[in-house]
Amino acid sequence: MNWFRDFLLPKSAASNTGDVDGLFMFITWLTVFFFFFNGGLIWYAVRKWRRRSNDDITPHITHDTKLEIIWSVIPLIVVMFIFFWGFRGYVRAWVVPNDALEIVVTGKKWVWEFEYPDGSRSLNDLHVPLNKPVKLVMHSEDVIHSFFVPAFRIKRDVIPGRYTELWFTATEPGVHQVYCTEYCGKGHSDMLARIFADTPEQYEVFLREGDEQVRKMPLKELGKLVYENKGCATCHSIDGTRGQGPSLKAIYGQQITDAAGKSHTIDANYIRESILNPQASVVAGYEPIMPTFQGLLREREILGMIEYIKSLQ
Amino acid sequence: MSDSTTTVQTDRHAHAHPPGLQHHFTNMTQQFEAAKLGMWLFLVTEVLLFGGLFVGYGIMHSKHPEAFVAAHHHLDWRLGALNTIVLLLSSFTMVMGVWAAQTGQRKKLIAFLLLTVFLALVFMGVKYVEYSHKFHEGLLPGKFYSHQGDTVPGQFMFFSFYFMMTGLHGIHVLLGIVAILWITFRAWRGHFSAQYYGPVDITGLYWHLVDLIWIYLFPLMYLIS
Amino acid sequence: MADAMTPTAAHGHPDYLSENKGLWNWLTTVDHKRIGLMYLWSVTAFMIIGGLLALVIRLELLTPRQTIMSAELYNRAFTLHGAIMTFLVIIPAIPAILGNFALPLLLGAKDVAFPRLNLASLYVYWIGAAMAVSTLLLGGVDTGWTFYTPYSTTTGGGVSMMVLAAFVLGFSSIFTGLNFIATTHKLRAPGMGWFQLPLFVWGMYSTAIIQILATPVLGITLLLLVMERVFHIGIFDPQLGGDPVLFQHFFWFYSHPAVYIMILPAMAVMSEVIPTFSKKSIFGYKAIAFSSVAIALLGFLVWAHHMFVAGMSLFAGAIFSFLTFFIAIPSAIKVFNWIATMWRGSIDLKVPMLYAINFLLIFTIGGLTGLFLASLSTDVHLHDTYFVVSHFHYVMAGSNMLALLAGLHYWWPKMYGRMYNNTLATIACTLIFIGFNATFLPQFVMGSRGMPRRYYNYLEQFQTMHVASTIGSWILAAGLFLALATLLASLRKPKDAVPNPWNGRTFEWEAGSPPITHNFEHTPVCIYSPYDYREHPVPIAEEEKSAH
Repeated sequence: MNWFRDFLLPKSAASNTGDVDGLFMFITWLTVFFFFFNGGLIWYAVRKWRRRSNDDITPHITHDTKLEIIWSVIPLIVVMFIFFWGFRGYVRAWVVPNDALEIVVTGKKWVWEFEYPDGSRSLNDLHVPLNKPVKLVMHSEDVIHSFFVPAFRIKRDVIPGRYTELWFTATEPGVHQVYCTEYCGKGHSDMLARIFADTPEQYEVFLREGDEQVRKMPLKELGKLVYENKGCATCHSIDGTRGQGPSLKAIYGQQITDAAGKSHTIDANYIRESILNPQASVVAGYEPIMPTFQGLLREREILGMIEYIKSLQ
Repeated sequence: MSDSTTTVQTDRHAHAHPPGLQHHFTNMTQQFEAAKLGMWLFLVTEVLLFGGLFVGYGIMHSKHPEAFVAAHHHLDWRLGALNTIVLLLSSFTMVMGVWAAQTGQRKKLIAFLLLTVFLALVFMGVKYVEYSHKFHEGLLPGKFYSHQGDTVPGQFMFFSFYFMMTGLHGIHVLLGIVAILWITFRAWRGHFSAQYYGPVDITGLYWHLVDLIWIYLFPLMYLIS
Repeated sequence: MADAMTPTAAHGHPDYLSENKGLWNWLTTVDHKRIGLMYLWSVTAFMIIGGLLALVIRLELLTPRQTIMSAELYNRAFTLHGAIMTFLVIIPAIPAILGNFALPLLLGAKDVAFPRLNLASLYVYWIGAAMAVSTLLLGGVDTGWTFYTPYSTTTGGGVSMMVLAAFVLGFSSIFTGLNFIATTHKLRAPGMGWFQLPLFVWGMYSTAIIQILATPVLGITLLLLVMERVFHIGIFDPQLGGDPVLFQHFFWFYSHPAVYIMILPAMAVMSEVIPTFSKKSIFGYKAIAFSSVAIALLGFLVWAHHMFVAGMSLFAGAIFSFLTFFIAIPSAIKVFNWIATMWRGSIDLKVPMLYAINFLLIFTIGGLTGLFLASLSTDVHLHDTYFVVSHFHYVMAGSNMLALLAGLHYWWPKMYGRMYNNTLATIACTLIFIGFNATFLPQFVMGSRGMPRRYYNYLEQFQTMHVASTIGSWILAAGLFLALATLLASLRKPKDAVPNPWNGRTFEWEAGSPPITHNFEHTPVCIYSPYDYREHPVPIAEEEKSAH
């Protein structure tokens, strides 16, 4: 009867779904059975005891204690069985493995934002390695959303002001649909995301070069994205105002003097060094407070940063 | 059941109704018991209505204990205590009123009812003094909170609950005043007797509930530690 | 109306429809029967509005993208559909229409305990209804009928007005419940003990308990919501130190028991219709009576099963799931009792009985699909999908509506003194059965395949089932329209109903069809059990004697 299961449920693509599907199908068959059982009894009764005349005499039966106990106790046993089955699955879905890869999920009207352990972010597309537990730490910036992956049989509300967690291990390669299932306004039904369950090779490429969206983006735009998302903007303005660090406006090609009195031309190599090893030559008059971005930026993102600074004339 | 099994019990025009008996009741006792049961059920809904607020207060109090303790120092417990005594007294005069009604003493009934109204007005007067002080200080609910110089943040939430709970209670006091005045008017018109005093009795029940709710509100608002 | 032709009661009192005619007399009446009828037509009007909204929603969902309206409009349409159907149709439907009309008659009383309060409840209902409809002028409401925070505290439009409307309607419900409890306690016919109460009364009594205990909590919750919108008091707003999930707890503390306000009265109707048309004593009177009360009380302990994915603790989830399963038992008991009542009976497939059988089938599906949602691991997958939508339509909409129609066709001769066309009513009942299942069965499958609820756009893979569902909604609408038209058509002919057209054994069939204003020429006395269909009924007193 696998066709029936495949008709009712989306193709399973994660570990732990077998238990849920098993219970789902058990209750389904129970429902089908009792529908036809009750329907059959009614049909039989109507066929056999249809009124012949208004003077029909019927037996006076007010109750039957034994029968009533039977039909109370049997459903009770069945539902308790279902309860424990469902509870077991819930506990399994609750306990996150220790080695899970942690990804921060932010829901906001009407996009999903994912932040990876290396600090890189993406919108609406989440890449995860196959067969490795992944833990989502979720919160919302505005109203309540809910993160639902039918193929993984998981769902949890994403709530402003608190964190909720969800975990899964993808077992099927490919793209899996994510829905928002808590009504959140006009764009609720467009608040979709995709989970890419990558093979080790695909995941390698993703880690090195980012997802497809990032790979296709022109360098300058990518640089702007990095500038906005990685916190550069907190210290470096782009309009010439002095912050914790020097503004980035029209600095490309300029001469500066560092704290040690050495002078430098701001070019690609200087920018690259300032990002990866910021303490090496701090502009005179500024504190050496910038953290290194070694390992937090991909090669292409550094190139993007250089292009972006070039463009700020 | 067929008509043959129905016995003639009371034809609807067969006997004269005592004054105050509605057509669908058989006798005064039945009517009185029904009215009393109805009032008790109504009181249950009132308790649950306030109950929701009490639960909300409890949860927010446990979430922000410092803010609630700091905020309650803006209240004067002496005024709260005064009002508690005033309401307890008014409950007493109400009981005396019901007693006067049961024993058919019309003048005493009117006197006690008016005394109850007077005490209720005293309560509202004290409430007015308290409220105007809060308004003056900017101790207002939610976004209207504008009190200066707080050391503990989040005190607006206490005042949200303070105004909702004492406000809802105040509305009940006002409705009580109206109800008691109406009963007084009916007493003055001579509607009540030792046989028929149900409205006085159930108004009394309502008034005791209003008093009871205040007894819970007082420590919750004025005496937090 | 040809009143001259109608047989009036022996004493010559005109029936309640003929006495004191005119709009003003109707608007100021305290007669429970007239109030019941005014509720009937008010609720019907809102059912038509809510139903048209449903048709519009289904039409929009015919295609995956925009079909006839924008997303904003769609969100307002489903919110209004939900709010109208819940607060203005389903909750008042059976208690306020059939309960008001039949409860005093079944008890052998002249009226409910507080007739003026009863009329007040109708006016409060009208005020609440007007407030709910007025939100259309305020830009509509797009929160969904559940008003979840913080969406509901941040969005624009007439949310506060709609919430206040629900608050006001709560009072209407409280007044009705209060009246039924007092009436059941104090106005029973002489000789009628608690176990001689018709089971309809037990059902109404259980419903009234919920109305009294749960509605005030909803009232205060809704007030808090309005306060949050107006004053930003902070209780539900995470930015001010509040908790948005707290609203869900408060809301479902009422609204889950409210589900039983919708289903218990439906069960109550079944317990009258099935014995009458099986000509046989109800099977397991006490089991049915106590299971109503059990459902009413257990209903208060299960609210958080709406929140298994809302970040509850593991322990809380387990408790609420466990308790929820217990509520399945009394429901199952009732279904078996009704089938056992039919067993070896003399089954007359008149229209009310057809609706009752229809109910049994629909409720079986609705009840059993509840098991998927009570069970923790499957609920995680199904929560907030079309599966849930379909489940609650089977229970709240389908079962409630079928029971209302069963009761309406059962008591129609009593209400208006006229019989309706049996053939047309049978066709209507069949159409409703086909249409309902065609609309909602596909929604179960969509839901388990992952289609979330309240979606304006959807993925193309779901279109086939959406189309099937939309076509089903047309069949359902046709069936309901035919049912209404058949009933209305009967009003054009003279009164032709006999006092007891179905050979029922309860008191209302002793009164005329329609009854006089004060119901009975003589106060009835309860001598036999209400379900004693023996050729020679045995008085209760003797039966009790032989039992000891």
